[in-house]
Amino acid sequence: MNPPRLIPFEPSQPRNDISPSPLSVRGLTVAYDDKPAVWNLDYDAPDRRLIAIIGPNGAGKSTMIKAILGLVPSLAGHVRIFGTTLRQARRRIAYIPQRTSVDWDFPASAEDVVAMGLYGKIGWFRPVRRRHRALAREHLERVGMEDFAGRQIGRLSGGQQQRVFLARALAQKADLYLMDEPFAGVDAATERAIVNVMREVRTAGSTVLCVHHDLRTVGDYFDHALVLNIRKITDGTVDEVLTGDILQRAYGGRLAETEIHAIAHTT
Amino acid sequence: MPDEFFAILTFQGGYNTSIVLVGVIALGIGGGIIGVFSFLRKRALISDAISHATLPGVASAFLLGTTLGGSGQNLALLIAGAAATGALGVLCVQWIRDHTRLPEDTAIGTVLSVFFGLGIVLLSHIQTLQASGQAGLNSFLLGSTAALMAGEAQLVGGAALIAILIALLLLKEFGAVAFDEEFAATLGWPVAQLDLAMIGLLLAIVTIGLKTVGLVLIIALVIIPPVAAHFWTIKLSRLVVLAGVFGGLAGWIGGGLSALLPDMPAGAVIVLTAAAIFVFSLLFAPRRGVIAWVMRQLHLRIRAASVRGLLAMAAGYLPPDNLSYRVVRLRGYLDGDARITESGARAAGKMRRQNQLWQVYRNRHPDAALAFSPLAAKPIEDVLPPDIIAALESEIR
Repeated sequence: MNPPRLIPFEPSQPRNDISPSPLSVRGLTVAYDDKPAVWNLDYDAPDRRLIAIIGPNGAGKSTMIKAILGLVPSLAGHVRIFGTTLRQARRRIAYIPQRTSVDWDFPASAEDVVAMGLYGKIGWFRPVRRRHRALAREHLERVGMEDFAGRQIGRLSGGQQQRVFLARALAQKADLYLMDEPFAGVDAATERAIVNVMREVRTAGSTVLCVHHDLRTVGDYFDHALVLNIRKITDGTVDEVLTGDILQRAYGGRLAETEIHAIAHTT
Repeated sequence: MPDEFFAILTFQGGYNTSIVLVGVIALGIGGGIIGVFSFLRKRALISDAISHATLPGVASAFLLGTTLGGSGQNLALLIAGAAATGALGVLCVQWIRDHTRLPEDTAIGTVLSVFFGLGIVLLSHIQTLQASGQAGLNSFLLGSTAALMAGEAQLVGGAALIAILIALLLLKEFGAVAFDEEFAATLGWPVAQLDLAMIGLLLAIVTIGLKTVGLVLIIALVIIPPVAAHFWTIKLSRLVVLAGVFGGLAGWIGGGLSALLPDMPAGAVIVLTAAAIFVFSLLFAPRRGVIAWVMRQLHLRIRAASVRGLLAMAAGYLPPDNLSYRVVRLRGYLDGDARITESGARAAGKMRRQNQLWQVYRNRHPDAALAFSPLAAKPIEDVLPPDIIAALESEIR
């Protein structure tokens, strides 16, 4: 008997299609100290879709987004955005962070915050002009916040603050939106506004990648899903992904049997 | 004395005094404007580490000056020395913060005291040398405008102007980094370098202001004006302008006072002037000042008491507590025998109707009702369209 032949190792390559994927990740690994948060992730995001990133707490969902944006260092792997590097694609990405990461006492109105979305376009050293403010107000209108343009950002409710950040991302006119739990702790009006805006930008040809924690609404709000638990469990259309078997693998004992059936059944 | 003070403030106190005053005003404006960014970035204390860390640099530069050319009293050389050890102090703070488990405030406290101690040792050594001009070094501790030459004041003013210009150019960038660091990073901005630029400007203001205000108190020049300005506005651009104005005002009046009273340390006089502006802002600023806040609270309590009292009266009871009783009594809704007056009956009826309408509205549209405060004094007819009011009314009947 011959010993088994070893297959030569071929490092995975980014896809080389004619229209490159909005986001292509190969072997992405991120760790906090020696504890892996994202392990060897390969993923290609489909173009012009609303994609949910789901998985249990501590599954590395936020970390993955931050690593893609270069906000946390990754140990290994590479990321291509529309076939180019992050540096080249900066202007085509917009990011909506979790609400906790900003200074709510800061002297800025809702309009000022939305105008920050135009900073890339305005350029260094140049002031924000009247037409930029007008543009910012237009984006506030799209999320139903035009009446609060002059309100200091900390004096808005949680949902209103979230809509302001949504408007800031819209002002960036991106082709790829990365959102970190935008639906967490918001009121019904804000939830509707976010969903409407996501559909609007999809129609306009953009892709949305959104960390999402509410499994019951994944099927209603999103086209595709990436199921993550440190490693990628699977990805595909929400119908393919929301099965009892996959949810069991991602969430393990953290979802009750009945819950899994309820969610898997709804799609 | 007041005449003399007025003459100094209107730049008629002699050539040297006027030039020095202009320099101090520029320094105050610069400190206020640049202080805004370290205040918003929550790193205001770093300037205290910088200022104390400059002392060994000043002393070393003096020693170097005396060995080279006789007099150590060259301000440019002293500033260069101050900047060198000041920057070293910042680097030490950052190294301790990044490479140990100590928080930044501990790092600042450590660096500040060690560098200051080293500086004091060097100063004592200089005093034993009996070198010429060594007495002037004391002004670096507590500040002095009297010891400032016209040429030196021009240097201070010019450098402050350059620092102000750079800060204003980077207003939008500094603001975004202070508000939302991650967002700035996703724009591709070099956040660390922008932070470095901000600290560089702080270092510049601190070192050029050393001889005038003194290293012990110069931190006040970058902290007090922004904090005072913060009481008046919620817009970054206005905050920057106001902080500059307050800093300039402190420099102008404080600098004038210290020219009038040369025995007083200039730094202390300028800082106390800035503190007066702060206290005034704290008390009298509209909306965010203490007095406005107390008035608002009082107003709301009275308003709530009147609502309570009138609703009780509408239901046929006396106002339920002392405050609400006194409020309705004071407004003439109750007479001395606790009988409802004619105007009281009208007001109570109106209040009951308002209350019913709001209740129905809250039940029907719980989300939308959140936007309206039950303590707003406006009647419901002023905030909701007539068709909704009509619908609510039909539901009450």
